[in-house]
Amino acid sequence: MKQILSAVAVGASIGLAGLGAATAPASAEGLKIGFLATLSGPPAVLGQHMRDGFLLGVKQAGGKLGGMDTDVIVVDDELKPDAALTKVQGLLERDKVDIMAGVVFSNVMMAVYKPIVQSETIFIGANAGPSPIAGKGCSKYFFSTSYQNDQNHEVMGRYASQKGYGKMVVMAPNYQAGKDAIAGFKRHYTGEVAAEIYTKLGQLDFSAELARIADLKPDAIFTFMPGGMGVNLVKQYSQAGLKDVIPFLSTFTVDETTLPATKDLAVGLYSGAEWAPNLDNPANAKFVRDFKAEYGYAPSLYAAQGYDAAQLIDGAVGMAGIKDKVALLSALNAAPFESVRGDFKFNTNQFPIQDFYLTKAVKDGNSYVTEAVEKVFDDFGDAYAGSCRMN
Amino acid sequence: MSTTLLAVQTLNGMQLGILLFLIAAGLTLVFGVMDFINLAHGVQYMLGAYLAVAAYKLTGSFWLALPLALLAALACGLLLEFLVFRHLYDRDHLDQVLATFGVILFLNEAVKVIWGAAPLSVPVPELLNGSIRLFENFNYPVYRVALLGTGLGVAALLYVLVTRTRVGMLVRAGASNAPMVAALGVNIRRLFMIVFGFGAMLAGFAGIMAAPILSVEPGMGDNLLILAFVVIVIGGIGSIRGAFLSALLIGLVDTLGRSFATDIARMLLPPSAANDVGPAIASMLIYILMAGVLFFRPSGLFPVRTA
Repeated sequence: MKQILSAVAVGASIGLAGLGAATAPASAEGLKIGFLATLSGPPAVLGQHMRDGFLLGVKQAGGKLGGMDTDVIVVDDELKPDAALTKVQGLLERDKVDIMAGVVFSNVMMAVYKPIVQSETIFIGANAGPSPIAGKGCSKYFFSTSYQNDQNHEVMGRYASQKGYGKMVVMAPNYQAGKDAIAGFKRHYTGEVAAEIYTKLGQLDFSAELARIADLKPDAIFTFMPGGMGVNLVKQYSQAGLKDVIPFLSTFTVDETTLPATKDLAVGLYSGAEWAPNLDNPANAKFVRDFKAEYGYAPSLYAAQGYDAAQLIDGAVGMAGIKDKVALLSALNAAPFESVRGDFKFNTNQFPIQDFYLTKAVKDGNSYVTEAVEKVFDDFGDAYAGSCRMN
Repeated sequence: MSTTLLAVQTLNGMQLGILLFLIAAGLTLVFGVMDFINLAHGVQYMLGAYLAVAAYKLTGSFWLALPLALLAALACGLLLEFLVFRHLYDRDHLDQVLATFGVILFLNEAVKVIWGAAPLSVPVPELLNGSIRLFENFNYPVYRVALLGTGLGVAALLYVLVTRTRVGMLVRAGASNAPMVAALGVNIRRLFMIVFGFGAMLAGFAGIMAAPILSVEPGMGDNLLILAFVVIVIGGIGSIRGAFLSALLIGLVDTLGRSFATDIARMLLPPSAANDVGPAIASMLIYILMAGVLFFRPSGLFPVRTA
């Protein structure tokens, strides 16, 4: 009986707390944005880039996206889908955010996507773009300012075919995103894959794999090795003397988040991306300059995507306000902003149609950055848009 | 699957084994002598790597950074002993696990606050940069050869220390029966402190040596800690010789498994299935090995004789 009583008491107090939050006055003319990013654990640097890019966008608008006082609530998803879900529910129900944005990792995206779009909250994805939400599960409330996950890998596959590489070794960590990367690469690669190597997620030492690659003597290798794994691989690839012998094609492995650690060892390695700091347009020049001045480090594609997310919100809210959701959705769909990557428009599934580049790591003064060297795809949409029935 | 490839992979396996040994040696001593479960041993490895980064930034030379970071790692180890671990020796294992797990969380966050979340690195020293040609088409980085040599040197040094010196004798006696050693008038607390500081320094040394080839990032010690525990369980808790041999064994099994499991699976299965099965088996191999050892020889391959 005592237990039941205390359970009732707890239930009542939770209920009261809930009511208290619900009756808190919402600011009259404010725009509240919930920003979800991975900010702890080893991959925190990706979330940090994305957040800093977004906040720079807000700052440049004078703290008023679309002319409305903007309150950004930054939340760490800890790279734990269940924790992310709890925090997102807090943002939706307690904080009553007008717009959700961010998300670095696909597993987090899959956990929070449904609850957000089902609550009819506008959601701007700034990195993760898993195939289910680009295809069958697409939603009119979701917009992406990044890419669909397969696309960067497809860029490398296309480039390898164009270069006439007839025999390649492909390598990725043994988990879903790694397998997707290999599948994406193979979609546009016409040569022979001599070996598919799947490594343990979080593997530190690649000497066994590198010895095998040296033994197979492929024309080039393709790899997807995000975060610290990529740093280790790049260092060891170069130290094993393979860098100048076997071309290194990669995705999410050599960029401004890992270059501070790999430095000279990564110079000359290739990657596929939809953005690079040297893309020649005024919006990008301003972004790169202001970002460095504000945060003291070079922006990566994650930062560019975060920045574009803020700019998209700025443009659309400026046009339509937030009162009329239908008007705001159609304003967002028109992508009324100058993207740092130049050409940018939304596909039928509200993922971008954009250009993709081959990028190369270079040394620029004291810092190491990527540089677009060749356009591989022009106005490229993803493979899943066809199966999206928007409703 | 040529013989040269097999030879290179064996070398790779030994080198991973040496790295594991450097970490496991301290862990097995602390666990064996003090009956103390130190989950924070992995973060001491991480700390060594970060201290190497800091010392390198300060001095600009790997050779100056090495002793500096080593001393700092020792100091950090002793400080942790003084602040936290000293108060846990008489508590049960659960308290030790909880407290040292707390130290992991604390230090992982602390390095992120101090050095940032982005991976860092130390360049390979000029003298050891480059690679030597082992076989036709096979270059092996000089630094890794040096790592192998240094690890073997440390192992030999430890062997002499443990079997030929007075402190070593006390450590061995402590591993067999600590209360008896204390009863014979040995200051067991001081012995514990020495063992602990030494273990922390070894882990730090492993971190310093790994910094030029691996990325230095928060949480880098967590994966290795698990492997180190596997090593000491297989080798027999408290035994340096066991730790050495089982570290090499684990290094070899893991490396050879990773390189050949898919090929072997391919002989038995269709290619697409082999691509799934091979890596899965490879990452399980060492745990299967551990399960086997625990089943047939529960106290490890080279157990310390106890009274």
